[in-house]
Amino acid sequence: MSVNEAAGTRPRNEAVPGAEPIIVVDNVSKNFGPLQVLHGVSLEIQRGTMVAIVGRSGSGKSTLLRCINALEEINGGSIKVCGHPVSMSDRASVKRLRSEVGMVFQSYNLFPHLTVLRNITLALTAVQKKSRADADAIAHKVLGLVGLGDKAEAFPEQLSGGQAQRVAIARSLALSPKVLLFDEVTSALDPELTGEVLKVMEDLARDGMTMVLVTHEMAFARRVADIVVFMHQGKVWEAGPPAEIFADPKTPELRQFLSSGL
Amino acid sequence: MLSYSFDFSFLMTTWPAFMRGAWQTILLAGSSIAIGFIVALVCAIIRSGKNKFASGLVGAYVEVIRNTPLLVQIFIVYFGLPSLGLKLSAETAAVIALVINTGAYGSEIIRAGIESIAKGQLEAAECLGLNKFQVYWHIILIPAVERVYPALSSQFVLLMLSSSITSQISAQELTAEANLIQSETFRSFEVYLIVAAIYLALSVLFRVVLWAIGEVAFVRRRKLRT
Repeated sequence: MSVNEAAGTRPRNEAVPGAEPIIVVDNVSKNFGPLQVLHGVSLEIQRGTMVAIVGRSGSGKSTLLRCINALEEINGGSIKVCGHPVSMSDRASVKRLRSEVGMVFQSYNLFPHLTVLRNITLALTAVQKKSRADADAIAHKVLGLVGLGDKAEAFPEQLSGGQAQRVAIARSLALSPKVLLFDEVTSALDPELTGEVLKVMEDLARDGMTMVLVTHEMAFARRVADIVVFMHQGKVWEAGPPAEIFADPKTPELRQFLSSGL
Repeated sequence: MLSYSFDFSFLMTTWPAFMRGAWQTILLAGSSIAIGFIVALVCAIIRSGKNKFASGLVGAYVEVIRNTPLLVQIFIVYFGLPSLGLKLSAETAAVIALVINTGAYGSEIIRAGIESIAKGQLEAAECLGLNKFQVYWHIILIPAVERVYPALSSQFVLLMLSSSITSQISAQELTAEANLIQSETFRSFEVYLIVAAIYLALSVLFRVVLWAIGEVAFVRRRKLRT
């Protein structure tokens, strides 16, 4: 299913016509033992767009995201990111993928023994081999972007959930990824903290970052996403610009999903 | 019956021997702790690793050591190994036995720390591009040791106190010195009261030093007082 036509009434990041999609998921299947989670999922994601994947729990949306980032081995089909095939068994390909894709998790996964600053600079110095001074400068810059310039010396346990998640976003951002994946990043947050995280994500989208998010924030997906993908029973059930998806669901499953949770 | 009169006058001539004994205990326990920590660390890594055979081997070692008396372990090293042609000085035998002993106990403590690291931490580190070694070092080992450091410190202080048992093979240390002084002065009560006081002081010293090492090694402990 092609989901690459960005549309809508609000200004959106238009996909460049004819350009190679940055992520190509082709007929991917995945099972955990006897349980088949993905049934031939195909999806193309254009550079500079925000794609929101929605659906019920167990519909396979998080698994799809994890497959894209080589955290799960796929059992069939293929995934390409930035033109390169993703394969967990090929260490060089995983290494390249890590340099191109950043990921933010529901549970933040900040390193508790490191300050906010060191959380961000660890990969800059250890992976990108930058000097301490360069790494610190980048860290302070990205912390500024997420509005936490004053928290550099704090430890994760001293942050609120919303602040922790913004640090996690900054940590990914510091590595200048081409794509950012967000796996239910606001699901663990109180409603009042959700807003500050979504605000950061909206800023990133406006700056042209390619983002794929698994989310339950329907209002946010509707307002900010370029493409909304509805997953159901391990398949891409429906996909398209939010205006179409929300206003004119084609399938009874999507209609039911939209009416149940909102 | 309660007519015992304390007489500490022998201290005038014997205090250098007590001090020598205390210093020898510091050396004996200090080196056993340093080497024992490395043994414990390596064993914990192997024990929690993927290699079933190596893990089982370390598991067997840990169980054997934890379920036999330290004194017997010391005797095996000191009196047993010479039968195999390995003649050791009492001090070397003492260090070896103490290292083997604390390696086993320490490895279980560190293993608990390693296993307490959440899987999400590893995934986050992988996603940042850290390689396997970097993930293990930065995300597993350092936080694991930081987490169990208080328990590890207690184990090490216990090792220092246990080192008195090596007096049984006449290793040069505080209790052995005390035995010697006691056999010359016949003031057992006073001698061992003094020895107890010195061990108490050594415990405090070891705790302070271990605490200071923790302060230097673990930033979070220093900053957050946790």
